[in-house]
Amino acid sequence: MEVWHFSEMAYHPGWEELGHSLRNVIPNRVYDPKVGADLYNRYLDEWALCDELGINIMVNEHHATATCSTPACTVPLAIMARETKKSRLLCLGMPIANRMDAVRVAEEFAMIDVISRGRLEMGFVKGSPYEVGPANSNPSTVGERFWEAHDLILKAMTTHDGPFNWEGEHFHYRQANIWPRPYQQPHPPVWITVAGPYSAGDVGEKGYVIAALNSGYWSTPTIFDAYRKGATEARRKSANDRFGYLAMVGVGETEEEGRRRADQILDYSRMTPRALKQLQMPPGLAPPEVIGRELQNSSTRSITLRDGSKAPMATTTVDEAIDAGIAFAGNPDTVYEQIKEFHEHVGGLGHLLMMGQGGHLSHEDTVANLTLFSKEVLPRLKEL
Amino acid sequence: MKQINLSGIELDFDKTGNGPPLLYLHSEHYFHLQAPFIERLAEEWTVYVPRHPGFDGRQLPSEFRRIEDLTYLYLDLIDHIGLDEITLVGSSFGGWIALEMAVRNCSRLKALCLVSPVGAKLGDRVERDFADLWTYSEEDSAAALFAQKAPNFADFSADEMTATARDRQFVAYYGWKPYLHSLSLARWLHRISVPTQLIWGDKDGFVSPDYGKKLLALIPGAKLDILSNAGHYPQLELLDETVAAISTGPCGSHQAGSVA
Repeated sequence: MEVWHFSEMAYHPGWEELGHSLRNVIPNRVYDPKVGADLYNRYLDEWALCDELGINIMVNEHHATATCSTPACTVPLAIMARETKKSRLLCLGMPIANRMDAVRVAEEFAMIDVISRGRLEMGFVKGSPYEVGPANSNPSTVGERFWEAHDLILKAMTTHDGPFNWEGEHFHYRQANIWPRPYQQPHPPVWITVAGPYSAGDVGEKGYVIAALNSGYWSTPTIFDAYRKGATEARRKSANDRFGYLAMVGVGETEEEGRRRADQILDYSRMTPRALKQLQMPPGLAPPEVIGRELQNSSTRSITLRDGSKAPMATTTVDEAIDAGIAFAGNPDTVYEQIKEFHEHVGGLGHLLMMGQGGHLSHEDTVANLTLFSKEVLPRLKEL
Repeated sequence: MKQINLSGIELDFDKTGNGPPLLYLHSEHYFHLQAPFIERLAEEWTVYVPRHPGFDGRQLPSEFRRIEDLTYLYLDLIDHIGLDEITLVGSSFGGWIALEMAVRNCSRLKALCLVSPVGAKLGDRVERDFADLWTYSEEDSAAALFAQKAPNFADFSADEMTATARDRQFVAYYGWKPYLHSLSLARWLHRISVPTQLIWGDKDGFVSPDYGKKLLALIPGAKLDILSNAGHYPQLELLDETVAAISTGPCGSHQAGSVA
């Protein structure tokens, strides 16, 4: 199993003032660039440390979001391309349905791949519902735009004879021609995240790495099974290295220390419901039956525990998060056992996307968390 | 609903009433609540009511996705019906389609009635002509759209809730960006050559009456009726007044004399 360290580079100093809404409508006068500069550099230091610890690096992006101060995932990735030597560099991901210049995406990725001498992993995501506003991206056509962008980016990376024409539904170029081309041939590995089993089969058909994010014991097996079905139908193998899973991880010298760290990282998840309700369901992003039900009987954001029962996301405890499989926490032995159990439950996991920093977890705690994990847990995971 | 195959689209449409022909292009929301309005129109006109493709819940061909597609579909419908002297009535999103039709071809039209239409960009680039309803809470959205009493989702069946969500999906599908307008529509409004009536609710918080006044100035010889104590859908909130305004306005001239 490979391990990747992920942080959203949260601007937590603003959370209290922003109150019930941490996304979209937040005025950036609350953001202090001097505090932000310290935070950026500290988070980058933590990723750079991963290069020494044998942990890979994962970045993402959100827009107008106080829980994630990365509006351009390729910026930290480019810095890491230069600052690190060994870690693989995963963008999970690039919201390609919201990025109106797909050829530019191919250019940025190719450049990072070359600078890093072929360490880029390209994650394509549809993006959270909150993202359609900042991008002014039509929510009713996200799916088709996602796949058109995917096709165009890969064609741009694999066309080596000069300009080609692309006049599709959403993207228009008559002179698509990237320079440089990627270091890895034919192109860097592709990852795709899914929110449920429906689109997992498509990812399996293409043989990409699928990533499930905090989907826990309850939902992850159905997602991975759908992937395997799609892969089998396309006569592809689905080895463990095709499956990634994101969870929050807190490890400590003692059980208590690990759980305390996880408790702080869990603020990442607890803050998720802090957004205007109406922005959670843009028109057409979910099927009309689902949105119709939600309009009539509004639900509370929740996590699903192992037995299928629900717990409110805004107040998730460490025990609930461990039970649900959205956090692995404790001392190195218990954390290893929890990950191993999850790995077996989902039928094999090749990539643990470890949220090793989140919320208010300090730099010192993050360094200790990553370092202890790399020494005591990572070697055992390599055997799985 | 009847169905006809037109321009490669299975189009749902109703025909009801007696009298001269009237084509009603429905608004983006609450189709099922517009039956009383359609019934009242049917007392004076033969009313043709198509259900916009997409809003009807059927799969669309992949190339059918722009306001122009709806515009040409309904121009084809008029040709298909083969009637002249048509009164064209459009509400909000339907008003946008009606405007697009009228700037292209008024030859089969007798008169045009637009109930709080969207479609033309009249303000400057930092000005919102149309409220960004998708960022509003349900309560704020209802307050923007209705002056009196908004529909209560608790009264809706599951199918009506699905239809409500689908309506929102397809107004986004056709009108997300540019937001509910065509870039050049305002430029060509002078081409409208039939008597035109604009009807607005004085408390419309989605498209303000001030927008209506700007639109009035761009359509030759148009008339604006602002109804008191109505929001964006006066045909739902002030049924009698809205029908009376249409009957006695430029669209109702066929029976001038009997109205007075």
